[in-house]
Amino acid sequence: MQDPSPWWPVAVLAAGAGATYVWRGLGVALSGRLSPEDKLFDWVACVAYALLAGLIARMILLPSGPLAVLPLSDRAGAAILAFVMFFLLKRNLLLGIASGVLALMILAWARGGGV
Amino acid sequence: MPQKKTPPIRTLDFGGPGPAFRAGLRLAFGVPATVLGASYVGFGAMVHQAGLELWHGVASVVTAWALPGQIALVDLYGDGASLLAIAIAVAVTNARLLPMAITLVPLMRSPGTPRWRYYLAAHFIAVTGWALAMRDCPALPAAQRLPYFAGVVLVLWCVSMLGASLGFFLVGGVPAYVTLGLVFLNPVYFMLVIAGDVRIPSRVIAALLGAVAGPLLYLATPDWSLLLTGLGAGSLAYALGRARPSWR
Repeated sequence: MQDPSPWWPVAVLAAGAGATYVWRGLGVALSGRLSPEDKLFDWVACVAYALLAGLIARMILLPSGPLAVLPLSDRAGAAILAFVMFFLLKRNLLLGIASGVLALMILAWARGGGV
Repeated sequence: MPQKKTPPIRTLDFGGPGPAFRAGLRLAFGVPATVLGASYVGFGAMVHQAGLELWHGVASVVTAWALPGQIALVDLYGDGASLLAIAIAVAVTNARLLPMAITLVPLMRSPGTPRWRYYLAAHFIAVTGWALAMRDCPALPAAQRLPYFAGVVLVLWCVSMLGASLGFFLVGGVPAYVTLGLVFLNPVYFMLVIAGDVRIPSRVIAALLGAVAGPLLYLATPDWSLLLTGLGAGSLAYALGRARPSWR
């Protein structure tokens, strides 16, 4: 995007692969030496949850991609509906996701095909 | 993952490594493959909308198969983030793979297995296959555990690639409002997975603080907002959990 070089996506993917496998490989090396009950991992989990929740909230509230064509009320409304349906339907993941996604599609369609 | 509630299995024996591998293949078809495949359809749509090629999306599944990190990578790429910011965000998102590998690898150990096989198997540790292996491996004879896990993750891995490809192609052939729905799929999916995982209060607090801090910090510093959100909100939630033992 910012860089027209065809190697830019490759560099990004390679960085992503390295940043992913490093934990898996380290996990094999450390297995048997470090306990998964270690307090360190409680902190790691909290940091990862906060980061992921922050990313998700941003993707819904301040999207950088095509979702930005829809008003905030549509994106937030569909997300809230998914949330409510998920808990009403005894935490059914498939139905929760389906209600949110369908609601967003209907809102986008009602606004003239989404563009 | 919505799994059928199975009573705790005391012992499980498929009769050898080959049948255990095939049992793993069979188990992964069904709900696990459906949910994961649908999520990767959303991922494929995101890949397309971020301006990447199909092979970039498939290569991401092949080399870094863990959906939250892949979503972060594609979203930040589309946003024009720097390489360092992307690498750090992916690393922090995927740090949970370390304790997951540390827990699962000892369960899969079997005498006489060369060490490199564990390093290869570790490449496939991601939440769906990990949860299934954690559930079933203790009940299996040691020699069948690694083959069973291999069968499970092979199906899930292939379904992920197929889903990503399907999502990528769908974007070109469906109306714009369907594309928007596909791109919306993964934020909603992870929102619900996090919302449904309320066993540990400090993680709930981390997610709530992160959801508030993420968009706000993004307005201040787009490149570093994720790292700051994770470290700030996550450490605060962890500290609160230590201060109030009932919140851990």
